[in-house]
Amino acid sequence: MAIGVFSATRATIEQRTLRTDRWWLQPLITVAVLVLFIIYATFRALENEYYFAGPLLSPFYSPCLSTICIEGAAHFGAPIGSVTIFGLLISPALFILLFPLGFRLTCYYYRKAYYRSFWMSPPACAVAEPHSKYTGETRAPLILQNGHRWFFYAGLVLNVILTYDAIIAFKNPEGEWGHMSVGTLVLWLNATMLWLYSASCHTCRHTIGGRLRNFSKHPIRYKMWSWVSVLNHRHPTFAWISLFVVAFTDFYVRLVASGSINNLYFF
Amino acid sequence: MNNDIKFSRYNFDVVVIGAGGAGLRAAVEARQAGLRVAIICKSLFGKAHTVMAEGGAAAAMGNVNDNDGWEVHFRDTMRGGKFLNNWRMAELHAKESPDRIWELETWGALFDRTKDGRISQRNFGGHEYPRLAHVGDRTGLELIRTMQQKIVAMQQADAKEHGDAEKYLKVFAELTVTEILKDGEKVSGCYGYWRESGDEVLFEAPAVVLATGGIGKSFKITSNSWEGTGDGHALALRAGSALVDMEFVQFHPTGMVWPPSVRGILVTESVRGDGGVLTNSEGKRFMFNYIPEVFKDKYAENEAEADRWYEDQNNNRRPPELLPRDEVARAINSEVKAGRGSPRGGVYLDVSKRLPADEIKRRLPSMWHQFKELADVDITEQPMEVGPTCHYVMGGVKVDPDTAAAYEVPGLFAAGEVAGGMHGSNRLGGNSLSDLLVFGRRAGVGAAEYVRKHSSIRPSVSDKEIARAHNHLNEPFTRNGSENPYALHDELQNVTQDLVGIIRNERELSTALVRLDSIRNRAAQVKASGGRAFNPGFHLALDLENMLLVSESIARSALARKESRGGHTRDDFPKMDPNWRHTNHLSKWSGSQIEVEADKSEMLPSELIEVFEMDELKKYYTEAELAKDGN
Amino acid sequence: MSRKVNLRIWRGDAKEGKLEDVSVEANEGEVVLDVIHRVQGTQMPDLAVRWNCKAGKCGSCSVEINGKPRLACMTRMNTFADDETITVTPLRAFPVIRDLVADVSFNYRKAMEVPSFAPPEDLKPGEYRMAQVDVERSQEFRKCIECFLCQDTCHVIRDHEENKRSFAGPRFFIRIAELDMHPLDRLRNRKQKAQEEHGLGMCNITKCCTEVCPEHIQITDNAIIPMKERVVDVKYDPIQWLGSRIRKREGIS
Repeated sequence: MAIGVFSATRATIEQRTLRTDRWWLQPLITVAVLVLFIIYATFRALENEYYFAGPLLSPFYSPCLSTICIEGAAHFGAPIGSVTIFGLLISPALFILLFPLGFRLTCYYYRKAYYRSFWMSPPACAVAEPHSKYTGETRAPLILQNGHRWFFYAGLVLNVILTYDAIIAFKNPEGEWGHMSVGTLVLWLNATMLWLYSASCHTCRHTIGGRLRNFSKHPIRYKMWSWVSVLNHRHPTFAWISLFVVAFTDFYVRLVASGSINNLYFF
Repeated sequence: MNNDIKFSRYNFDVVVIGAGGAGLRAAVEARQAGLRVAIICKSLFGKAHTVMAEGGAAAAMGNVNDNDGWEVHFRDTMRGGKFLNNWRMAELHAKESPDRIWELETWGALFDRTKDGRISQRNFGGHEYPRLAHVGDRTGLELIRTMQQKIVAMQQADAKEHGDAEKYLKVFAELTVTEILKDGEKVSGCYGYWRESGDEVLFEAPAVVLATGGIGKSFKITSNSWEGTGDGHALALRAGSALVDMEFVQFHPTGMVWPPSVRGILVTESVRGDGGVLTNSEGKRFMFNYIPEVFKDKYAENEAEADRWYEDQNNNRRPPELLPRDEVARAINSEVKAGRGSPRGGVYLDVSKRLPADEIKRRLPSMWHQFKELADVDITEQPMEVGPTCHYVMGGVKVDPDTAAAYEVPGLFAAGEVAGGMHGSNRLGGNSLSDLLVFGRRAGVGAAEYVRKHSSIRPSVSDKEIARAHNHLNEPFTRNGSENPYALHDELQNVTQDLVGIIRNERELSTALVRLDSIRNRAAQVKASGGRAFNPGFHLALDLENMLLVSESIARSALARKESRGGHTRDDFPKMDPNWRHTNHLSKWSGSQIEVEADKSEMLPSELIEVFEMDELKKYYTEAELAKDGN
Repeated sequence: MSRKVNLRIWRGDAKEGKLEDVSVEANEGEVVLDVIHRVQGTQMPDLAVRWNCKAGKCGSCSVEINGKPRLACMTRMNTFADDETITVTPLRAFPVIRDLVADVSFNYRKAMEVPSFAPPEDLKPGEYRMAQVDVERSQEFRKCIECFLCQDTCHVIRDHEENKRSFAGPRFFIRIAELDMHPLDRLRNRKQKAQEEHGLGMCNITKCCTEVCPEHIQITDNAIIPMKERVVDVKYDPIQWLGSRIRKREGIS
């Protein structure tokens, strides 16, 4: 059936696109990187091991709220207890990962990235998409994208906890304050990038001032909105960097926890 | 009956030809008066040349300096036009501009603001106080869009009230009018064709408003878009009206000269205001050689003093780069003619040695982008190449100042650039956008009153008129000749550019007339190849006739005016002569050629004379004129 | 300085058409529109192309060049390799009229559907007071030159003709955002209308509109996403909704 650019009234052109550049490269890279991340994250979430090397706690497992958490990792107690489904103990990471996952899934930038690369809707600008019907975000499940702000709020809570983890990282393995290791730097980098990712978020921009009609009556919020707008311009960059850094942080903790490397202390 | 002529027929109270600022404003007014109005645009709705206006719209609102008022604006306008202006138009313009700007806000326009939230106003050449309402450097776009959206708002209201959005106000996009139709003396409608299909259209209407803009496309180097083919000028001529003061054409001194694709596009005056200097191929700042006697005491004599002015404006005189537009344009022209131009036929305008790179980008962002994107020139490192570009025609349809009614053709009205008189011999920057609003509205009122007054007998369109219009429109298809319209257009542009351009003399103007005559003969042989549907060759063949009429009007009026004034410079009569001050030129079409006759202009009434110092008036008026007025 | 370039120009009408190869001179510094004009002047006098200002200010000469929606007057020839064949076609999201001219009337119909500016009733002309910071957001959207490249590239209608009925497109989302952010506009249901009548929810923010905008308007980040967030405020966020009810604020400002 003739649809879209092949509709009866449009200029008759055989090709679905006449673009001559490598428009497929960007979506391809996006798919590759995201798939690699998903594989790694799934493996790590299910591994249920090597996520704590006092005082370093992997961001995949923070906060660790289960009774099966490694000793010393549950900074906030174990309100969840332990959950088993079909006899399998559920990794404490799974309770937590839902939130950052939801935050990123509903993120305005990631939506662009995966709609283009996974859904090919469209794969690139002015390249015909392979679907015959399209309803966008008007019905379930995609209408749930409108819940981005709830995940944003949850993300803020997680950012506070991960910052707490980074503060804890000024302890030595014996629990004494006033020390600093490579791990401290890694956790601080992680927390910083996550804050930047949250602060540059479109919902943050809206909440902090974008929703106002008259900036002139709210000079402080206008100022904050201006700063967030600058960050917002770099939101895609922060989205990718924070993703890599989170994975790297977990990887670093895993290396230390599994004894592959020593967490070098500066003092 | 015209059974063999196929056309669609529409009936309106007022047909507005042209959808730029003046046309849209006229349409809004006529609709508000309860009439049924057609808006005809040659291009898509909202693309008119008005979008290219940058600087702003002049209106003495006094938001920035409360000393400003309509008298000051009036005085500046008359000075700028070297007192050749129709004083009544200049008076109405100065008085009504503020209201026209303020009402745009109620239609959704968003001008830049002052600190206290009012419309900000900027300085501009020839205006004594900051006066130009603006939106960055895209004020024209704001005007067009605002009025376009006002039209839509009125249509939405009509849809709600009458169930049909187009019942009272209909936009005909991409339609060209080729003929004004008349019933005896009076206008009975107009005739034209859809560009898209080539199908013919008849509009029956007792009133037609011309708002077709300028004539720039008759010149090779111009800042005008393709629509500036002088359609309204030509329609008025052929309908039996007259054009006034067609010799006055404004050449902006600094247009881009390279690359060819953008030749003529404006380089804003602010470049010079911010320190840009003009040099020739020998690297010399030539403007020092071109300071006219009357300005000697106001401009610096040497580079050292000129450079000091940027730091200390109180104790030094201005650099000569900041002389009025016509002076700078003439100077650049002379340098190029003397063989001291740049390889591409301009001179150099350099701001890179005057300001640090980031300062240039901050002050002149659009210029920086324009040259970067279109010319691969980084103006923070390299000089720009600039030369004069045809920018605006002060002359146009002679109209009644109060009603915009065209001379001698009842039912015909004209507003905006197509109308003449308002700007005299030279237009001030910023006065064009306000002109569109003030006289666009007045044309709407004028047309509405005319229609109401003559509502008892509606003029009718005869079959003979239709046949005349139809035959004329179809000539490019029915002829047997083989002339190429594109090549002829090129030739026409060369003739006007070289012989009727910025500096004129009797010999060149006479040659121009001979050559224009030969082009007209050849234009009668232009054959359009291809079909009727969206055929640019066909369109150009018809536009070409209009450009020829306009060019001849300019050349003949220029030949007749034996003095130099504003936008008309004769090197055989280089001085302004008070004895020519009271003479306006009327161009009329005899059926075979343009005939120019002198028309005496009115003296200022005494209450307006009081706005000026007597010493100044003496420069422009003869002693006899001033004595007669009892001063 | 001049060289021969190879163009493939789509020629035809609503019924049929094809890409035609043509070879033409191109001079230094020229843009695609210059070369098309040369083709018109020397080889195809009836080649239909829409253009106006030739300075990137009117938005008439929208076409697709090598498959990308562009303004022909702002696409420089030296951005192509010497031996590259440059393909020029009409906009592919709209019906074709002839050659490079597309029927963009869809956009004018959509413009009619957006409720106009509702001026405050208590202010007379000349009494408007607005702070510069309050008009700046809307001013960005008013830079729009209506070239409709954003509409052309938007897959919602480009790839799905049937969506044209219910989808206004990026150009009109910035118009709605402009009015919703206008400090003095009286109409307070623009957000609801945007979602329910203009199809804001159809947009999946893939940002092609922003990519092609010759005025560099941040359509997605500054208009569409803020509007989506405003829609959430009034439709999908019970806390905001409740708050606005309780405090009886004049809408969500």
